[in-house]
Amino acid sequence: MLLLAIDTATSAVTVAVHDGDRVLGEHTEVEARRHAEILTPTIERVMDQAGRRPADFTAIAVGVGPGPFTGLRVGVATAVTLGLALDVPAYGVCSLDAIAQSVRESGMTQDFLVATDARRKEVYWARYRSHADRVERVSGLPGVDRPAELPEDLRALPVAGRGPLLYPDSFGQPLEQGDVDAGSLARFALGELAAGRELLPVQPLYLRQPDAQPASAQKSVLAR
Amino acid sequence: MSGPLILGVESSCDETGVAFVRGNELLGDVVASSVDEHARFGGVVPEVASRAHLEALVPTIRRACEETGHKLADVDAIAVTSGPGLAGALMVGVSAAKALSWALDKPLYGVNHLAAHVCADVLDHGPLPEPTVALLVSGGHTNLLLVRDIASDVVELGSTIDDAAGEAFDKVARVLELPYPGGPHIERAAADGDPQAIRFPRGLTARKDLEKHRFDYSFSGLKTAVVRWVQERQVAGEPVPVADVAASFNEAVVDVLTAKAIDACRTHGINDLQIGGGVTANSRLRALAEERCAAAGISLRVPRVRLCTDNGAMVAALGSQLVQRGLPPSSLDLPADSSMPVSEVKAS
Repeated sequence: MLLLAIDTATSAVTVAVHDGDRVLGEHTEVEARRHAEILTPTIERVMDQAGRRPADFTAIAVGVGPGPFTGLRVGVATAVTLGLALDVPAYGVCSLDAIAQSVRESGMTQDFLVATDARRKEVYWARYRSHADRVERVSGLPGVDRPAELPEDLRALPVAGRGPLLYPDSFGQPLEQGDVDAGSLARFALGELAAGRELLPVQPLYLRQPDAQPASAQKSVLAR
Repeated sequence: MSGPLILGVESSCDETGVAFVRGNELLGDVVASSVDEHARFGGVVPEVASRAHLEALVPTIRRACEETGHKLADVDAIAVTSGPGLAGALMVGVSAAKALSWALDKPLYGVNHLAAHVCADVLDHGPLPEPTVALLVSGGHTNLLLVRDIASDVVELGSTIDDAAGEAFDKVARVLELPYPGGPHIERAAADGDPQAIRFPRGLTARKDLEKHRFDYSFSGLKTAVVRWVQERQVAGEPVPVADVAASFNEAVVDVLTAKAIDACRTHGINDLQIGGGVTANSRLRALAEERCAAAGISLRVPRVRLCTDNGAMVAALGSQLVQRGLPPSSLDLPADSSMPVSEVKAS
């Protein structure tokens, strides 16, 4: 088996290749706003380093957010198109789950929060619990809220993601895991699949409606 | 059938288009439009368009394959609109095209949306006469171009300095309480009206404007003139003659569009005019362009309406020209360039 894992839901563009036993190659580029430019070249680079070819893939896992929409869509569009072109299944992974996976791998045993930048003074967030063999999202679908408006007990938890860096007054001690790394995303996806749990459809978790106002009546142009 | 097999991908505005072209021949062309989702907003909402592109992407590619009986692996190259257009919308198509290019190990050509509009007509009428003047009129663009070589030498003679022509149709439709998109509804309303009933202004045609803006367009003043005219009737408690207003507005737009296009041909000693873009669906524009071209001894080429609106066919058609002329492909780190200049036919 050969899994391609990608994520563009945070300011990082991250790509990993996993053969079922281990990560063969991984690269993370922290370059917000250039996701569309660098994602495919990054995939090419990681694959070349791993000595594999596009036709070697057997599956694709992609972070489906939540995250800033434009960058997020770059990863999802790339994943679904690769799935089609290579005729392999594509799976969606909540990007916060991938960050949580790397927190668990760092040895975290208690509950923790992942809070990422949702812009407009808000964060995307979810609460996680570490088990011996996996990390579990215990708060349901991620939320999108102003940090100060989250319940006290949540904000007191250790927090991963960029949320605590952006809003240090609202959160406790930040954990070192800021952005998604695709190696963790790959391990999370493979763990879930191996345990027979379902991953997500490959559709962005937007969590917000498009920002638009219905057309209003024409203003008068006549002098009053 | 001969020539390279090109897959074209378009996502610059509210249409997701995928098409196969071999040489100058259109094999299949699928378009998914999000126009209905924008109607209640009275114009294209970028985020709504971007979401719709992503949803339509795979089904549209699949359908294009089914319609033509071609597999993705059959293609010789992939062409994609890399600009100009809505950034978020462009990125969906560009990301998909890069994925195809890498997965299939086929060259990628990022092409200019406006040049692609000009090139659409090779699918209907064969190789473009070069040089030719091209008039592009759509909801997002209004340009006069001098095309010496569609693959490498396109110069902008002029463009709108404010609204695109199609945008003016949308805005005037709203004033007349006609639905979005305005173009077809205004044309329908205009059918029963007198185009000479009201003399609306022709933007940038006064002598002082011609010095600086001879080949530029302006529709903002026209729109305001229509709004003012309508509101004066409303304030006076008089009925608004919608058909006459629509017909007179329509005439003002197509008059200035065609007059400047003919002037550009004459000025540059060129006897060919190519028209493209969604507003080309307007039958009065086609009729007046024919009439004026005939009078001026200019041969006019206009593709069928389906090829005038946004689609993947025109992108594939331009990609095919680039491949046939042996031009190098674009780099895999090609950006989506929302303000790509028309002089850049192909992204490096």
